[in-house]
Amino acid sequence: MTRKDRRSERKPGGKPWLGWLADAALVLYFVFALFPIAWMVILSLKPANQLFSTYFSFTPTLDSYRTVLGDSEGIPFVRFFVNSLVVSLGAVALSLVVGLPAAYASARWRFKGSENLMFTLLSFRFAPELTVIIPLFVLYQKLGLFDTYVGMVWVLQLVTLPLIVWIMRSYFADLTPELEQAALLDGYTRKQAFFKVALPLVKPGIAAVSLLAFIFAWNNFVFPLILTSSQAQTVTVGALSFLGGDRPKYNLTAAAALVSVVPPLLLALTIQRYLVRGLSFGAVKS
Amino acid sequence: MTSLTETDHGAASREEGARQVRAVPRWRRGLRPYLLIVPALLLTGGILYPFGLGLYYTLFDFSASKPQPDMVGFENYRTVFTQEAFWNSAWVTVLYAVGAAAVETVLGVAVALLLHRSSLIGRVLEKILILPLMIAPVIAAIIWKLMLQPSVGVINHLLKPFGLGGVQWTDTPTGALLSSIAVDVWVYTPFVAILALAGLRSLPTSPFEAAAVDGAGWWYTFRRLTLPMLWPYVLVAVIFRFMDSLKVFDIIYALTEGGPGDSTVVLQIRAYLEAIRFQRYSFGISYTIVLWAVVYLAAMVLVRYLGRLQNRAAEVSK
Repeated sequence: MTRKDRRSERKPGGKPWLGWLADAALVLYFVFALFPIAWMVILSLKPANQLFSTYFSFTPTLDSYRTVLGDSEGIPFVRFFVNSLVVSLGAVALSLVVGLPAAYASARWRFKGSENLMFTLLSFRFAPELTVIIPLFVLYQKLGLFDTYVGMVWVLQLVTLPLIVWIMRSYFADLTPELEQAALLDGYTRKQAFFKVALPLVKPGIAAVSLLAFIFAWNNFVFPLILTSSQAQTVTVGALSFLGGDRPKYNLTAAAALVSVVPPLLLALTIQRYLVRGLSFGAVKS
Repeated sequence: MTSLTETDHGAASREEGARQVRAVPRWRRGLRPYLLIVPALLLTGGILYPFGLGLYYTLFDFSASKPQPDMVGFENYRTVFTQEAFWNSAWVTVLYAVGAAAVETVLGVAVALLLHRSSLIGRVLEKILILPLMIAPVIAAIIWKLMLQPSVGVINHLLKPFGLGGVQWTDTPTGALLSSIAVDVWVYTPFVAILALAGLRSLPTSPFEAAAVDGAGWWYTFRRLTLPMLWPYVLVAVIFRFMDSLKVFDIIYALTEGGPGDSTVVLQIRAYLEAIRFQRYSFGISYTIVLWAVVYLAAMVLVRYLGRLQNRAAEVSK
């Protein structure tokens, strides 16, 4: 809000140029928000010899993508991409299996210590990652979990499990308990009532929170940075390696960065409606 | 439930069913929630164990040069707190967190207010608001690093016509800190904007209509109605952002690696340098434990606040 805005919007509806001013401010923000992404597209399409010569005119080429996806710089980027897929999916699947019952229990029953347990789970969301990574680094070396899928899936729970438990808890809490009670009256067991009544009703929530958890796991950087070296390394660490060396390869870095953001961006656009609840851990219901 | 008789029947069988539910022994019903929560706790325990191990390590002088460590008690923590480097890092961390959270709040609320006007442009742009938020912060830092290169980056190229061609963005202490805050702002402003927008849309409309009837001006309405009613939503975003920025790592690691000098060495970067780069494991962990304690206290305040907020919301809707 500029000073001009405040002074003149006193009489709403009166001056159409105020609306234009607001639109202009909005467009300005979105230029700031979108220009870096657009610039990466441009940079990734530039041939290596025109990288710094003229900025906005060049002959587009897909060479950068070919190099990045073809492993020709000694950086197995496709492998990193597959690794990211495997460990993120693994973490989400495991978190769902243990997280859904926990979320259901904490939404349906007020039991001794329930709030403390839930708070403990949530507190991992705010723990500095390095607090557990450094001991894990030592531990993983001993156990042979360093640079493995299992090791990565285990540690990525720190990202995915609290998210899934807290969001699903608020979805379950929104279901009226009478639905399951009615099912119990119809002769269902507790287990059946959970699987056949409660679970299907929160399916949209499960889908949204799984995608969001996947994005968070995919975007994580510090866990793979320290707990992997080559076999289980992920795209976030892999993209950084194009900046190394004597001459940083700008076009390759740009291409790698873009390839690595495609999955989260696509998923985000599909679950946009559910994002608010997910991002705020259910604190703001959309 | 169409006829009265059916309803009556339903009520009768409901009572019967309730008796059946009660037939399960009390102790077993009491146990059920714990059983459901145990798997999650076990998995969490898999993380708590290394945390406890880390805490234990900090009582030793465990490092690569000393594989057979001696018990040193709280010596590591004493060293942390008497070290100038720690206080420098703490200061840089606070500057970063306060700076990023403040800019994101003001900018995010402004963007939300502009989008809430719901012009055609606003409706189109709203769809793409989340894009930067979904990009991994480390990738965002890489993107900005390319753009901020002093001699070949696009930002200085665009600034050239204004006589500002050679700004050393990440090579001066102030510039490096401001640049990393800028990356944080780029990534996370949409987060504040989305929460603020959700808040704006859930506000009751009647007070605004009343204000309009009374001929209240835009600024008056904003200051006396919008802001106070919106504040609980915005505060959630602010606290989230502040706590996350306190433990920033990826943005700084990719953009400046803590430099130049010590100008952007936030606490997690310092812990990384000590523990991984210099292999002083237990000393590095002490740093993260101190940071963890601070963030944990902040998290407690947040959850208390959320509880109050939800209770208040529940009361209002009654």
